[in-house]
Amino acid sequence: MAPPAQTNRSPSPSQPSGKSEVTDLKSQLRQLAGSRLPGVDDSKRELFKKVISYMTIGIDVSSVFGEMVMCSATSDIVLKKMCYLYVGNYAKVNPDLALLTINFLQRDCKDEDPMIRGLALRSLGSLNVANLVEYLVGPLNAGLKDNNSYVRIVAVIGVLKLYHISVTTCIDADFPAVLKHLLLNDQDTQVVANCLLALQEIWNGEASTSGDAMKEREALLSKPFIYYLLNRIKEFSEWAQCLVLDLVVKYVPADSNEIFDIMNLLEDRLQHANGAVVLATAKVFLHLTLSMTDVHQQVYERIKAPLLTLVSSGSPEQSYAVLSHLHLLVMRAPYVFSADYKHFYCQYNEPSYVKKLKLEMLTAVANESSTYEIVTELCEYAANVDIPIARESIRAVGKIALQQYDVNAIVDRLLQFLEMEKDYVTAEALVLVKDLLRKYPQWSHDCIAVVGNISSQNVQEPKAKAALIWMLGEYSQDMSDAPYILESLTENWDEEHSAEVRLHLLTAVMKCFFKRPPETQKALGAALAAGLADFHQDVHDRALFYYRLLQHNVTVAERVVNPPKQAVSVFADTQSSEIKDRIFDEFNSLSVVYQKPSYMFTDKEHRGPFEFSDELGSLAIGTESDVPAHVVEANDKDLLLGTPDKEESRGAGTNGSAYTAPLYDTSLLSTATQVQPELPISNPAAAGLSPQSSLAIDDLLGLGLPAAPAPTLAPSPPPLKLNAGAALDPGTFQQKWRQLPICLSEELSVSPQGAAALTTPQALPRHLQGHSIHCIASGGQAPNLKFFFFAQKAEESSIFLIECKINTSSAKTQITIKADDQSMSQAFSTLFQSALSRFGTS
Amino acid sequence: MISQFFVLSQRGDNIVFRDYRGEVQKGSAEIFFRKVKFWKEDGEEEAPPVFNVDGVNYFHVKVVGLLFVATTRANVSPSLVLELLQRIARVIKDYLGVLNEDSLRKNFVLVYELLDEVIDFGYVQTTSTELLKSYVFNEPLVVDAARLQPMSPAAIFMQGTKRMPGTAVTKSVVANEPGGRKREEIFVDIIEKISVTFSSSGYILTSEIDGTIQMKSYLSGNPEIKLALNEDLSIGRGDYRSSFGSGAVILDDCNFHESVRLDNFDLDRTLTLVPPDGEFPVMNYRMTQEFKPPFRINTLIEEAGALKAEVILKVSAEFPSSVTANTIIVQMPLPKYTTRVNFELEPGALGQTTDFKEANRRLEWALKKIVGGSEHTLRAKLTFSQELHGNITKEAGPVSMTFTIPMYNASRLQVKYLQIAKKSSTYNPYRWVRYVTQANSYVARI
Repeated sequence: MAPPAQTNRSPSPSQPSGKSEVTDLKSQLRQLAGSRLPGVDDSKRELFKKVISYMTIGIDVSSVFGEMVMCSATSDIVLKKMCYLYVGNYAKVNPDLALLTINFLQRDCKDEDPMIRGLALRSLGSLNVANLVEYLVGPLNAGLKDNNSYVRIVAVIGVLKLYHISVTTCIDADFPAVLKHLLLNDQDTQVVANCLLALQEIWNGEASTSGDAMKEREALLSKPFIYYLLNRIKEFSEWAQCLVLDLVVKYVPADSNEIFDIMNLLEDRLQHANGAVVLATAKVFLHLTLSMTDVHQQVYERIKAPLLTLVSSGSPEQSYAVLSHLHLLVMRAPYVFSADYKHFYCQYNEPSYVKKLKLEMLTAVANESSTYEIVTELCEYAANVDIPIARESIRAVGKIALQQYDVNAIVDRLLQFLEMEKDYVTAEALVLVKDLLRKYPQWSHDCIAVVGNISSQNVQEPKAKAALIWMLGEYSQDMSDAPYILESLTENWDEEHSAEVRLHLLTAVMKCFFKRPPETQKALGAALAAGLADFHQDVHDRALFYYRLLQHNVTVAERVVNPPKQAVSVFADTQSSEIKDRIFDEFNSLSVVYQKPSYMFTDKEHRGPFEFSDELGSLAIGTESDVPAHVVEANDKDLLLGTPDKEESRGAGTNGSAYTAPLYDTSLLSTATQVQPELPISNPAAAGLSPQSSLAIDDLLGLGLPAAPAPTLAPSPPPLKLNAGAALDPGTFQQKWRQLPICLSEELSVSPQGAAALTTPQALPRHLQGHSIHCIASGGQAPNLKFFFFAQKAEESSIFLIECKINTSSAKTQITIKADDQSMSQAFSTLFQSALSRFGTS
Repeated sequence: MISQFFVLSQRGDNIVFRDYRGEVQKGSAEIFFRKVKFWKEDGEEEAPPVFNVDGVNYFHVKVVGLLFVATTRANVSPSLVLELLQRIARVIKDYLGVLNEDSLRKNFVLVYELLDEVIDFGYVQTTSTELLKSYVFNEPLVVDAARLQPMSPAAIFMQGTKRMPGTAVTKSVVANEPGGRKREEIFVDIIEKISVTFSSSGYILTSEIDGTIQMKSYLSGNPEIKLALNEDLSIGRGDYRSSFGSGAVILDDCNFHESVRLDNFDLDRTLTLVPPDGEFPVMNYRMTQEFKPPFRINTLIEEAGALKAEVILKVSAEFPSSVTANTIIVQMPLPKYTTRVNFELEPGALGQTTDFKEANRRLEWALKKIVGGSEHTLRAKLTFSQELHGNITKEAGPVSMTFTIPMYNASRLQVKYLQIAKKSSTYNPYRWVRYVTQANSYVARI
């Protein structure tokens, strides 16, 4: 037989997509279609193979669809499989022809061989043609009831496929209910696992429009169901175990005993050879113990060794994924890893993305006892042939110097770098020495002596040059030839391409002028003239500013340029702690590898189930919220540009070094750090579930739905008073929203006046504020608006959370209420409704 | 949940391409390949295993020069996907006996068949070769193993050692052998990768052993197996502290394959398992306890005038003479202004080659084998294009070394016995227990 290798190699993008070959295939297939000769299956196999190999390399073979279907009447299972694969690939673009396949697929769904039934069912689901869904419902129903588990496994996924082709068909056929039944009753764990993932996807998709789906979704987190899964976790495949663990993470145990129970149950999962299982388990441990500081710390200790083992076994790719998580943990709790620093030493043959992580970890874990050894090791890397890593290593030394109290030895090392006479080493070291001086001005004497020996001609990199110039200006009194170096730099103004360097040069000449006027006067004149003629707007403006300032009053100018400076105690961190917490929340996901929360790289619909926080995150800040938007100084890699000098922060804007953090992190999460202590260990809602745990397995999911007390039956609730001055920070809001079950979900109408008044969405929060209901976030675009409110019971700490979705054109509102004290939710709902109904009328 | 899976050749051709959810555009393979190929203009950095382009996440692992890739738009667990890719490669290897571009191309229909069962609608269903057997019908077309590069560490057993049947590890778990009946045999490989860093004065700065007990079973009827390790084996939480004297093997940590039962492990250090078909790691372990490094490296650099220097490299094998290391390569970066290198091997040297790689200024010394207890020296005379300034040791080194030592393990972890539950008195399958040590990162600073 002819291996497809040849055919695969030949086509190149320039070739006309192998048209003649396809025509050939077509006629050959036609010849074979009706043939019943012996050996015909073998010839068919060869042809089918060719078709699929073309398909693989991207040649369009959809034109043989009809012939393929004709040839598919066969009992040869290998042929059937190839045919199914082909059909699945092209049905979507050939919906009419796809109809041809329905017949044989439906017939195969009734085959006596379960394998054939399963295969046909899977292919039927993969057709992905909207107007064929009606043919899918029957076989799926049969498949879900099949006595062979393979068929059921396929059928469950088939339901999910159907859901994605046609939501209504799937829901109308009541498939979610069937899956729910299988989820709780099927003996085959893979069927259970598939039901779990399918239901999560379906309910997650439905939750935005249906309160029922939202309740179902919450019900997956009920205690009996979680334990039902946990107790048989070892029966699941390793992949399904990950699925179960991902669900368990979202479960809120009632008390610490429960937390320990769960951890004991899962303890041995940490010894699994599959890194995905170990990380999913680690996530459960970490999140369960968030509010128990001591235990949380022990969890770090416990998961450390298994993670280190995973890093050193497995492929480099797997080890990178685990190392990224270890990196996150090290950054959060460096002291836990302080004795393990040798694990983070770089190996010469590691890829640079691994080395970079390790360098950051080494920087973080360095403490008084290990600094010397770590810095020695880092200095070895500085001489490394891998230049980017050498640079990173020098930066790491600098960072350690900035975080240590005893910097003597490190300063010496840095100064040695300056003497190494490698361009890039000198460049990096200069930047670091500058930062060091800003923090430890007392070292200026030693540093300046060495820096003075560096010829500015040998420094080419803008950042390094800027650093050198800054030092020349700042310490011009200690460097005898500072004015002359600055003067010669000024003379070469036109050859300096970096605006950053020119800005620094202007400032340095100014500083120098006030310290040594006679020597600098000439340079200053030249610099100002050159600056005024500069094409770069910022350079021009700064020159003009200095010029006018000098004209105005020289003393004032001196105070502006050379104010007494305070040593910088802490350099701004690159990432706000809010973002870090959010990444930690998303442990065991890509967020950790990218070091970004998921909303920064993922579309909303792909963020996975239960991710309320992103929903909140994407909304704008509540208009009435009094959290001020503050500016986060994002720190550039070299720590340079977030400089505190007054006049430099002016230039900083152009360097992009300081920016106004996007609204999400300033407003909604700014206080997230406070969340942990407030985390309710046992919330009444979750605790309320356990007494009801009936053993009837069918009821498992029903338990998640606390029956909302019918207003007529419930004892009339005491009149509810709200605290007008209630305060809740967004982080706590998110935590609570995630933890509490839904108490109430209702659809209301808004008065027409109210809907009209919503042309300015801010009006509603303002109105409700008058009723002691506070807005925490709002967003959306007319006609669909979304608000999150909260309220607090007067004289009690009990909090109500409200999600309110308003469609202004239909004047309908969907509200979802969650409450610490569920018994009060009905009363609160009444109160909320009356407040809402008055909106627009007053 | 993944959206697509594909395998690309080194040149970027699709060998197999499977779209599971239709959420990522068809041209993803091309986007991916271009991104990986031109990750950074200078080419100095390679693409990380996971990256995001326009909202699509690309995962890849490299196996025998092939790229196994998955894409998704969802924020999934990177460990899960990368583990899955590795596992798919392993399953395919189990089936084809040998995994490489050629065998994949010859068997791509079989691979599609496997992929259909491994993943449905983007969700992993099973990666067990054993389970898959009943769903997969294509017969593998086995390619000639002799001229192929090995995939797994175990494949090194193919070379050299006469005691092992060379083809065994490249045997498909499903294909029948020419004789028609399968040979009953089981392989247990103890593979250790060692990392050592010596300081310039020869003192050991760091050392670590990463080991795997790998099993590949061709036993029919899934008998239970008992594997006994050193009785004095202990598993502690070594924080890089060394322990002397006791002679016991102390592992920092280890993990186990899910088929392994540890009922008696605490008692007598035995592992019980019913090995599934195919190749899998029974146990991974990590050790930072001090051990005797197999090689010592001495480097001497002497400046000989302004434009010349001499490097003397001496490698001494500190393991028993009954053991022979093979495929040894010693490398050392030289100052970047080095223009010429003259090598001088010891008299009568056999199977040694030397090279000066001008592109990255690197000295390379390859030795076919080194017998335990022996010592080898290389002299290299360097010529520079500009005068030396400063210290030459800051411009050159460190010396690194790669090697393979069969029938040797640095940790002294041992499989004391391998017991197979007997089916009958005549049932006596072949059992192969093999040890090998490889260098992971073996570096001597100068």
